[in-house]
Order: sequence, then C-alpha cells, then structure tokens
Amino acid sequence: MGTSSSDTLKSVPLADFHRRQGAKMVPFAGYEMPVQYPAGIIEEHKHTREKAGLFDVSHMGQAWLHGDGAAQALETVIPGDVQALDHAQGRYTMITNDDGGIIDDLIVTNWTDKIFIVVNASRKDVDLPLIAAAASGKAELELVEDRALLALQGPAAAAVMAPLAPGCDTMSFMSAAEIEINGVMCHVTRSGYTGEDGYEISIPVSNVEEIAETLCAHPDVMPIGLGARDTLRLEAGLCLYGNDLDETTSPIEAGLIWTISKRRRAEGGFPGSERILREIAEGPSRKRVGIAPEGRAPAREGTAIHTPGGNAVGTLTSGGFGPSVGGLVAMGYVPTELASAGSQVELAIRKNMVPASVVKMPVQPHRFYRG
Amino acid sequence: MSTLYSKDHEWVDIDGDIGTVGITNHAQEQLGELVYVEVPEVGATLDQGDEACVVESVKAASEVYAPCSGEIVEVNEDLADAPTTVNEHAEGDGWLFKIKISDMSELDEFMDEAAYKAHLKDLEE
Repeated sequence: MGTSSSDTLKSVPLADFHRRQGAKMVPFAGYEMPVQYPAGIIEEHKHTREKAGLFDVSHMGQAWLHGDGAAQALETVIPGDVQALDHAQGRYTMITNDDGGIIDDLIVTNWTDKIFIVVNASRKDVDLPLIAAAASGKAELELVEDRALLALQGPAAAAVMAPLAPGCDTMSFMSAAEIEINGVMCHVTRSGYTGEDGYEISIPVSNVEEIAETLCAHPDVMPIGLGARDTLRLEAGLCLYGNDLDETTSPIEAGLIWTISKRRRAEGGFPGSERILREIAEGPSRKRVGIAPEGRAPAREGTAIHTPGGNAVGTLTSGGFGPSVGGLVAMGYVPTELASAGSQVELAIRKNMVPASVVKMPVQPHRFYRG
Repeated sequence: MSTLYSKDHEWVDIDGDIGTVGITNHAQEQLGELVYVEVPEVGATLDQGDEACVVESVKAASEVYAPCSGEIVEVNEDLADAPTTVNEHAEGDGWLFKIKISDMSELDEFMDEAAYKAHLKDLEE
C-alpha cells in the first residue's frame, strides 16, 4: 500500500466502528467520515424518519466557556439571547461579523457557571479562537477534545434512550441534562439536525464505542452517514453553513430573525448590528426560500435562479432529492420581491431553463418533542 | 451479438451497426441509488466522448459518454419514471440508448468481458 490522501485526514474515535459497519468513508472538513453505510443514503434517510438513526458528529467542535461572565462575553459576538437562557437550556444562534454576515451557526447551552458550545467542524478553527478572544478577561474557553458527539434522531429515539438513560424521554426540546448511559456520565441535549425528535450526546472517547454498539444493537437503530444527514436537514429546511449561510448572508436574509430576541434588537451590541437592525426595520434585499423545480432533474447548489424568461437574480445554496418527500428539494436566495410562496422562477440546469416555484419551508414538517 | 466494455465502466452490445449502451454493474454500485436519468434525444449525432447521458444519485450527477460516434436511434424512456432500473438491471433492462455506429474502429480499445473483469480486479488493488 502506498501513501494516500487519507494520511492527512483526521480520524474520529469511532472510525474503526464505522469501517466494521461497512461505511464508505470520505473526507469531510478535514476528517475521514462515513458518508453512507451498505444500506445507502435513501434507506438511511427513511429509516431515520421512521425509527431512529445514529449519527457520528464527533468532527464538530465542542467547548466549555467557564465563568459568570460567559453569557455576556458570548453576546459580544452573538446576536442570540444567551443571558435569558434558563439553567440546562440551549438555543440555536450564530456568530456574526462586522458586515452583518454569519461566521458560523452554533448551539449554546447554559449551565449557569459555564456554557456548552457546539460549532461546525468546518469552522471550529475560526470560531473557537474568536470566542476565546471575545471572552478574554471575562470567561475562559476550554476545548473539549476527549469527548465524541453522537446524535440519535427519529420518532423512536426517546423509546430507545428511555431504558438506558431514565428521564431522557421527558426532557423538553432544547433542554440538556447530565445523564448516565451504561454507567458513563454523558451530556445530553434534546436537539438535532433532522427535524425529528432526538438527542445529541457528548460521550467520553473511551466509552463511545461501547455506547454506539449498545445503541446500534437496538432493533430500531441504524447507523446513518453524512449523506443522509444532508438530505434530512435539507427537507427540514435547516441551514448548512458554507452553503445556505456564509459571511455575506445576514441572519435576516437567512430567515433567522427569530433567533434575535426583542432585547437584543433593542440593545444591539453584536457585530454587524447596524446592517442587521436596519434589515429588521426595512426588510432585507434578498431572502432564503424553498424552491421546488418541475420535473425530475435535481437542481443543486450553485444553480442560477432566473426570473421567467429573464436574467439570473439569485442562486440555489442547497438542493437535491428528498427521499421522504419523494421529490426535489432546494433552497436559495432570491430578491425579496420574489420571496413569496408561489412566485415563479426558472432554474438554469445544464442547457435547460427549468420552471420552479418558491415554496414554504420546511417541505417535511418538523416533529420536535413538544411535551 | 457481442458485448464490449470501456475503462469508464460502460458496456456496448453490438448487433450489426447498432450498439446498445449502458453502464456496468460496477458503475451503478459506485453511484448508489439513482434518482434521475437523462437520456439523449433520438436523432442526435454524437462524437465519441461526447456527453450522452446524465445519471444522478442523491449525492451527485455523473456523465455517461458516447462510447463511439454515431446517431442516437432509440432511448430507454422507462428510465424517466424508474431510474433505479439502472441499479437493478444495469447490464440488461437498464440500458440507456442505442446508437448507430458510424466507425466501428473506434471500439478497438474496448475490452471483452474477461478483460473488463480483470480491469475491475486491478482497480481493487
């Protein structure tokens, strides 16, 4: 065997487990990750919505921000209301830049004297130093490098977790708990990236294989790769940083105004607040919308969006086939005038101009746990 | 009738001057479950190596190239509603198009079944 590009890729703790399960491993954000297992993307996707799928997301960045000043420190780089979080409560938010664009989207969870942070793998080397710098003198950032991160998602997830982690099944959506699984203390949040009920579980590296095996031994659980993770989140209308969100898109353009509370809109104090508050007041010039192409040819990221018979006015940022909806799913940015459901556009797919409509997202209704 | 194979995992069944073209079982396994197949237009004239078809899986679109120059005389219209036929019967019912071969010698570099199987073995190493 000669040298290969995988020499330079990082490995997740469950890499051997994935290979034993027959995973096809591919490079992703500098890691070798399972894109699919022998079942294939479509079956893995459907299984997650019918029963429960186990995802390895250990490539993502995990960190603690320690100190009573942690929430305030975060708010200097995040427009979300971190200070309003109850103990053991999390929320989805983003780090913004001075132009009002998005540096990353992330989940922050309040533990009173510290805050748990999960960021995207592709951005952790940008996010974590930025947070550390913002917190300097107010709070201390601790990178979590001895824990894996798994996500168990699907309508059967609560029933799978209940006997292993008593009390899990009654956790409210976006709440967190320190719970023992197989005698191992794990940090669990009731959250996910599929639109289904489920949990994200931070597990010591030395115990993750045994816990993954335990979960996969349950007849309702299958391991799921990044391929299906992407089709699931796309149907659920959830953004992928680098595609639907980037340093030029504001939270308002992205349809994420709901992440900025009244207090933060009134007080500002986050990067890019000038543009963001102006867009809240006057409306943004473009908006992220769902787009449904006619026909069967998938319309993927990068596809130009035209007015019917006219010029290009926007671009798809995500797109493909949705196994649960049984059809094509896409999202992109269009001028605000075109952003209402029912607006007609055309997509430039190879040599064809394919008619498409703007549609409401998500195309697959969310089924988060509501008690 | 004889079947020839290309290095790019396409097969051509030759009957007189008509070649029936598809992708091999190995190719469909690599692609995964197909969600869309776009066949060429009947009557189109292609040169060897021109893009003839697009086959799309969940993750990506792949081109299938004309194995030889010629005119497209028939296409598999069933694939529009059932792209997975290519996965299930890549070397049979999953045929993509039929081409009237204008220059047989273009197929000289193609392999017979035994040579293609050996080629697949080489790729595994």
